[in-house]
Amino acid sequence: MTDLPVPVPETDNQPFWDYLRSGELRVQRCASCGQLRHPPRPACGACGSFEVEWAGMSGKGAVYSYIVSHQAVHPALADRVPFATVVVELDEGPRLTTNLVDVEPEDIEIGQRVELAPTALNDEITLPLFRARR
Amino acid sequence: MRFANQVAIAGIGETDYSRESGRSELMLTLQAIRAALDDAGLQPHDVDGLMRWSVDTSSEGEVASNLGIRDLAWFGEVSQAGNVGAALVTHAASAIYAGLAEVVVIYRGVNGRSGRRYGRGDVTGRGGRGGGAFSEPFGLLTPQHGLAMQARRRMHEFGTTSRQFGMVAVTAREHANRNPRATFYDRPLTIDDHQQSRFVVEPFRLFDCCLETDGGGALVLTSAERARDLKQPAALIRAAAQAGYAAERTYVDTSAAVLGPRFWRQAKLDRGEIDVVQIYDHFAPFVIFALEDYGFVPRGEGGEFVESGCIRWDGGTLPVNTSGGHLSEAYLQGMNHLIEGVRQVRGASTSQVADAHYSFVDTGVGTGAIVLEGGTR
Ligand SMILES: [Zn+2]
Repeated sequence: MTDLPVPVPETDNQPFWDYLRSGELRVQRCASCGQLRHPPRPACGACGSFEVEWAGMSGKGAVYSYIVSHQAVHPALADRVPFATVVVELDEGPRLTTNLVDVEPEDIEIGQRVELAPTALNDEITLPLFRARR
Repeated sequence: MRFANQVAIAGIGETDYSRESGRSELMLTLQAIRAALDDAGLQPHDVDGLMRWSVDTSSEGEVASNLGIRDLAWFGEVSQAGNVGAALVTHAASAIYAGLAEVVVIYRGVNGRSGRRYGRGDVTGRGGRGGGAFSEPFGLLTPQHGLAMQARRRMHEFGTTSRQFGMVAVTAREHANRNPRATFYDRPLTIDDHQQSRFVVEPFRLFDCCLETDGGGALVLTSAERARDLKQPAALIRAAAQAGYAAERTYVDTSAAVLGPRFWRQAKLDRGEIDVVQIYDHFAPFVIFALEDYGFVPRGEGGEFVESGCIRWDGGTLPVNTSGGHLSEAYLQGMNHLIEGVRQVRGASTSQVADAHYSFVDTGVGTGAIVLEGGTR
């Protein structure tokens, strides 16, 4: 079974993966104007500042959109379809592309409340997956 | 824009469309260019400019040497993906208007079915690098995955239905059924066929998805003045513009929401003046989203507009994708839409809109658009 691509940390996003490894979801906050942004990048699109802080997120949010792959357009999907990918909008605003653990594709709905479920792939990478909030 | 009606598309050419061309992409390119030059009544040695999709394989150097062009005065490519056809027209028209080149050919030749298949994640993927680190590990692997995510959110916000997407596909098929060049010329499609077709990636059903095609196409651009003396009625470039990515992806707005207002202002045209429309239909829902975001219909009303037959030829108030588009003619990523846009102002379409004067062509749901104006001979 081919695996889905594994994130390759790079200079501009290394802290994101470092925080996740310890179970924390943090996203970039502009140190100049306070704007949150994700995925990580060098500059703030709102004010242009390069100054950045890593803001801790509550890990709570809601499903903003989702898709269900039925055709395996990538070898990694071959044994996984139907496979759901969701976008979660955090209560703080930023949106992440992710998966829901322990939720069947047909049970996913826009607006559904979810919470962070950090899931270690290996010693270096922990994925920010989510689960339904009870 | 200052080049309005100063530059024209004087020639169009295409190869056959198939699932397996048995020819190289360079051969398809050259055959399409020959056809376009014949159409215009020009010779290869008249060409002094070449422009291409950056994702394609045939370099301007190879093309120039096969055409016998000794002095290539203008060449270039536009990056991103397949969605840059109108951007290339914009660049070429600018060069001709500026006097940097006299005859510019925009070309492509792709084995999109038998060779590199665009819809495959192993072709377009980034191996978890760059932005791919935040999408690919979660199964968002190809352009269609991102577009499906956008379509799902938009359905939620505006109530657009799968059945309405289906009517885009059915209408395109009706147009293809009159177009002998179309891949699905002899294959009808009903709304029930669409609604019963399997999901590829929800919310996209099989018949929401474009074809995969082997083939080539080319456009010959020159000054309006020179075009007047050539073989065909000139398709004057009344307007052409491109638009880049928005900094923050909203999942709701397409690029047409950004390009649209500027485009109509730059073109000094009103949407209501447009007689016929081609829209980049990689996926059927995006025809509805583009109609809304360019302002042809208010947001949330595009689905009903399509369902009530407004985009059909004959009888619709605004016929759309009159050759069958990417869904049913061929997936030449904008090239076949540009060619059909020219046919409409020449009066040569198989679904010809009567007295088509302004022909609008979008080649990427807002990445670029042109308006062609029927010229006088
Ligand atoms: Zn800022």
